[in-house]
Amino acid sequence: MKYVDEYRDPDLAKALAARIAATVTRPWVLMEVCGGQTHSIVRYGIDRMLPDAIELVHGPGCPVCVTSLEMIDRAHAIATRKDVIFTSFGDMLRVPGSNSDLLTLKGRGADVRIVYAPLDAVRIARENPSKRVVFFGIGFETTAPANAMALHTARRLGVKNFSMLVSHVLVPPAMAAILQAPGNRVQAFLGPGHVCAVMGYREYEAISERYKVPIVVTGFEPIDLLEGIYLAVRQLETGRAGVDNQYVRTVTRDGNAKARDLIFEVFEVGDRKWRGVGAIPKSGYKLRYEYHDHDAEKLFEVDTIDTAESAECISGLILRGVKKPSDCPAFGTRCNPQHPLGATMVSAEGACAAYYQYGRYVRSAQAT
Amino acid sequence: MTVAKVKFGGITKDVCLQCIDDVGVGDFVLVHVGFAIAKVDRAEAERAYKTLEELGLLADLVDGGPPPREAES
Repeated sequence: MKYVDEYRDPDLAKALAARIAATVTRPWVLMEVCGGQTHSIVRYGIDRMLPDAIELVHGPGCPVCVTSLEMIDRAHAIATRKDVIFTSFGDMLRVPGSNSDLLTLKGRGADVRIVYAPLDAVRIARENPSKRVVFFGIGFETTAPANAMALHTARRLGVKNFSMLVSHVLVPPAMAAILQAPGNRVQAFLGPGHVCAVMGYREYEAISERYKVPIVVTGFEPIDLLEGIYLAVRQLETGRAGVDNQYVRTVTRDGNAKARDLIFEVFEVGDRKWRGVGAIPKSGYKLRYEYHDHDAEKLFEVDTIDTAESAECISGLILRGVKKPSDCPAFGTRCNPQHPLGATMVSAEGACAAYYQYGRYVRSAQAT
Repeated sequence: MTVAKVKFGGITKDVCLQCIDDVGVGDFVLVHVGFAIAKVDRAEAERAYKTLEELGLLADLVDGGPPPREAES
């Protein structure tokens, strides 16, 4: 496929790895923000092409993984109602809540349906006027335009039986939280290419300047990642801290203004609790007042939620880049994609799922 | 709402193009959950890849010459 295949060229990858090795003079810790980048890195063995001095730690950019347990339990309470068709992206279905997961509830008779696009959920609502159709609206800024379009369309067409359980999260506040955390090791970021396609990278210039940290907006193919790492290492080695854009074929400094207008017609910034990380101020989107008729959180009363997280799961530490999946004693044994203890083992963007899928069973040297 | 057929390798899907300006048949778009969020800038793509290729060729020369490569149209 054009603009994909050429970014998997092995000769070019080797040349970039050699260029990185020639640039490095001391140890550096880089974090790739996106779960999609983590999967590419593990799948193609990018981390193993790098000199030992470069350590990649995996970031919180997995929307399914950071959706709070309260929100997942709330989703389960709504999904089990007889008058509801509950719709969701597929990788949410196996994510464990306190008591169950959506797939198990579906097996017990709940009407849970996987959709590819949020607009598909609006179509289901129009086809089932006697049911209340709820879409689990999770995601980072990348997903926000599609979710906003679904809500905008439902409102415009008067689809009153469509609502969204919104648990949107934002990347820049999470990066700031990581940099502010005691014991932070991250010295540079590979920035989220697809988030920046929508948002541009002005917000990242502010973070880079405030925390004196290099950020390289990076794509998802092997060549993208290696070039992103090279640009980050070059900044670190020369003592510069700014924003570079590796992903020029898709990202501009200003992003997609039309998509942002659509987002802010429907959503506004609010506080959000992240699974494994905790509450981060102004780190999510919630629905604007004009859309409260489509706000599932307001429409459905649920009983008091008593959350119970797995005592053994270390996904919170993994999402903050403190630990690697292979540091977890349950990894690959008591925790696997069929029986996950935490969301990072389930999602297509989760770090544990990446390590499991690509056979990284070896315990890391830094394990404590 | 603007909707178009978009080909992903071998699969064709309906995609919402509401937020993309100046897009036509034959263009490349970045699609996330059925929604186009960016148009791939061909000029930037060609320029960036050319820079990378030159970097690759330089490294290959040190190793004893580049392998044969198909021409990129």
